[in-house]
Amino acid sequence: MHEFALAEGVIATALDVAEKEGLKRISRIGVAIGELQQIERELFSQAITEIMPEGHPQLIDVDIDLRIEPARFCCRSCGREFGFAEVGGELAEEESEAIHFVPELAHTYLRCPACESPDFEVTKGRGVWIETVEGSE
Amino acid sequence: MRGDPRLSVIDRRLEKVERIVAVTGGKGGIGKSMVASCLALNLARSGQKVGLLDLDLTGPCDHLILGIGTSFPEEEFGLVPPLASGIRFMSITYFTGEQPAPLRGTDVSNALIELLAIVQWGELDFLVIDMPPGLGDALLDAVRLLRRAEFLVVSTASLVVLETVKRSLGLLEQVGVPIVGVVENMRRGKGKAVEELAVQRDLPFLGSLPFDEGLEEALGNTEKLARTAVASGLMKMVQNRLPT
Repeated sequence: MHEFALAEGVIATALDVAEKEGLKRISRIGVAIGELQQIERELFSQAITEIMPEGHPQLIDVDIDLRIEPARFCCRSCGREFGFAEVGGELAEEESEAIHFVPELAHTYLRCPACESPDFEVTKGRGVWIETVEGSE
Repeated sequence: MRGDPRLSVIDRRLEKVERIVAVTGGKGGIGKSMVASCLALNLARSGQKVGLLDLDLTGPCDHLILGIGTSFPEEEFGLVPPLASGIRFMSITYFTGEQPAPLRGTDVSNALIELLAIVQWGELDFLVIDMPPGLGDALLDAVRLLRRAEFLVVSTASLVVLETVKRSLGLLEQVGVPIVGVVENMRRGKGKAVEELAVQRDLPFLGSLPFDEGLEEALGNTEKLARTAVASGLMKMVQNRLPT
């Protein structure tokens, strides 16, 4: 599954942050998932748990907090701001899947609901990123 | 944001790739895709494990040159590029089909990072990367993220092309990346402008590929393509630089 590739990145990045900040043990990783990427929270949580290296001294009893951030767009052509719910409902399965793998393909398959331009900015809710890494020194 | 998880795994995705060769030149229409595709094809036919990544996200065409269909990559801890004509091939066309991908600079950068993070290349002798035209986000990201990449620079003898190729070489030299050499493509006359450019910059001039009137008819057919003067000439000129 593609979620495992991203989950591996989450763990690797959390360990990088822990090393930079001198954390000997990570207690919590806060991860945001942009709505545009259409990743299921449960599936992603399971992927992170499964990919976590067993017995790693920095990764014992880690809480994984996943937050879905709603996607927001702003049309560069007419200035209309809109959400994913307004435009995502009409997507065919393969179009939805393309955006799931490469969120920038929203510009291929979504249009501004006011002027139908593909030239919009994704102002919120793109991709997967780490918000917090907490632990003890 | 504390971190972009994609950046942490790009090196891992490429850790079993022996050499990464990015085919660039800066100018559009000089045959970068043809050179990249023929290079990948020839390496594969000589028994190497080869991947080809078409990074021209807005104008991909390697799939047409090599006659690769649109069967979707297999999902296995990411995306595994399908094997076609002995080449592990990845392109944005698996996701867009024939639809346009109107991407601005940051979108190009994000899509490129996404692909590098989720594609599982596995064990390869060579990963050939077909770079898009321009000296913008894609080239800068390739330099930044593909730290082991070596650049093969394509040019034609046209003054208009040479002007851009000089700028591309200037950038690659400034950032200190290895340059495999310079290839002249679509040679028609007897001029030595491309060779002189390489010599002036103390770079290897790998040779000239002829303008081939019959090349168009070989597109999409790897057997015919491998027999073209472009493909066979390219193989001769890189065999010392990219030993197989």
